[in-house]
Amino acid sequence: MTTVLLTDITIFVLALLVGFEVISKVPATLHTPLMSAANSIHGIVLAGAMLIAVTAHDALGYILAFVAAAFAAMNVVGGYVVTGRMLKMFRRSRTPVADATAPAAVSGNGQAPAAGQRGGQS
Amino acid sequence: MSAFDWITQLLYVAAATCFVLGLHLMNSPATARRGNQVSTAGMILAVATTLALVAHAGTVTTTGWIVMLAGTLVGSGAGLYAARTVEMTAMPQLVSIFNAVGGGAAALVGIDDYVRLASGGIAESTTVFTILDVLIGAVTFSGSIIAAGKLQGLIDGSPITFPGSRAVNVAAAVIAVGGGIYMIATPSVVVLVIIILAALLFGVTMVLPIGGADMPVVISLLNAFTGTAVAMAGFVIGNWALIIAGALVGASGGILTKLMADAMNRSIRNIIVGGFGTGDSAPAVEGPGGDVRSIQADDAAIQLAYAQKVIIVPGYGLAAAQAQHQVAELASVLEERGVEVSYAIHPVAGRMPGHMNVLLAEANVPYPQLKEMDEINPEFPRTDVALVIGANDVTNPAARRPGNPVSGMPILDVDHAKSIIVIKRSMGHGYAGIDNELYVNPKTSMFFSDAKSALTELTAAVKTLVS
Repeated sequence: MTTVLLTDITIFVLALLVGFEVISKVPATLHTPLMSAANSIHGIVLAGAMLIAVTAHDALGYILAFVAAAFAAMNVVGGYVVTGRMLKMFRRSRTPVADATAPAAVSGNGQAPAAGQRGGQS
Repeated sequence: MSAFDWITQLLYVAAATCFVLGLHLMNSPATARRGNQVSTAGMILAVATTLALVAHAGTVTTTGWIVMLAGTLVGSGAGLYAARTVEMTAMPQLVSIFNAVGGGAAALVGIDDYVRLASGGIAESTTVFTILDVLIGAVTFSGSIIAAGKLQGLIDGSPITFPGSRAVNVAAAVIAVGGGIYMIATPSVVVLVIIILAALLFGVTMVLPIGGADMPVVISLLNAFTGTAVAMAGFVIGNWALIIAGALVGASGGILTKLMADAMNRSIRNIIVGGFGTGDSAPAVEGPGGDVRSIQADDAAIQLAYAQKVIIVPGYGLAAAQAQHQVAELASVLEERGVEVSYAIHPVAGRMPGHMNVLLAEANVPYPQLKEMDEINPEFPRTDVALVIGANDVTNPAARRPGNPVSGMPILDVDHAKSIIVIKRSMGHGYAGIDNELYVNPKTSMFFSDAKSALTELTAAVKTLVS
């Protein structure tokens, strides 16, 4: 076992622990965006796919590089865009003033997402 | 280590830091968008660094550059199109497809590395990780495609088994693992091809027998697999960014898998080997003993309109009927009348973890109204009407007693509300296949209808009361 490998394993285990620690606090409301965000993060494999090209010198190498790059790029671009799209929909309130405990007797025309409320969470 | 190596490694560490911070910011809906931006920035940094690394290597042929850039462009275009056009109800399929391509790319990285080095001697450690990378990646690839097919309805959502399917599954696993061990001793590209095929077959036969209702667990599990495959790819090419990112995703998928399995009161093993659980089809079987009171839209509307506090319990049926906009409209009409409305979201409502929250967010429901199970359960006793829409097993009081299929499953205490209205197409069973005692509760009225039309009728009826 080489030192390099030992370092790699250490990094892997510590990252796993950090992941457990950080992600166990995410509320259920955000589980779908979380999974989608995690999905985009594993799009980092694009880096691996690009590195194939460094040594690719024959047809097989080129095919592998192309398919891997296409898969990974789809993963990473699609993942981030769709996560952003989802998170944009999470709003704190339909109307500017909303108290979860008091009956919202004021008008709550919720059907049309007004442009003004859209930016509320950014 | 040259200065260039130092800089690139540090940039990878910076990218990994962005990923962790990004995930950390997902702890609250208020900061989640920023989290995604931070994570995106990290990814751009990582890809730019890799591009510099590739250019610095100086060995890339012109064809190599063209192939790499063309692949990236094609993939990006496809990803962008899918992400922009996907319906929120189809989110589980899309996540599954992204799992598939991510796992597939990870496997390809391993395959390329192995094929390239197969002629020369390979360090044993590299081989172990290469094999793990290829196997996990291939299983994820085929398994996720099957899962996406089931979710999209291209493949029957109910458990699919054929004579000997279990044996095929086990045989595929044995060949994949056995071949992998053989390869550590004797490098062989032929054996590599064999174990790839076996792993692909294993992925297919693993997911085919799993029913639609178990999909939240399967997607989470495949997500964890993809992360692990990417981490293994990181070991193969010696890249820390891949190892860290893969481990983070592995942890995330692992946690979600556990949460989903717990919320269904089933072990992960039971789901994978179990192969029961339909969910998509709700066959009308014999009703439970006891009287079932049915109700029409007008009466239900009166109950709702004159209530002070209403809790809406949306389930799989609401997602299947795509009635999230209708439920949001009913809620807003009720709120205009001064009724306090909130939503009780069971962890497995919808088709993937947290899916119901996204559907309701899309329908413009503010997220503070979406309450998690532990938070909302104490509120049921002071609730006038609990409106259950297409949720079944997660409301069955039988879960509190031992000795039945749902025993011990965490449920929403809907039966503690002063009155209950259940919108449901028929008296059909949930995937647990047992009668729901809630339906024969004297406080319960059944509104037999499809979720979408029932909610439209209810909203119209409440509106006439207003005017």
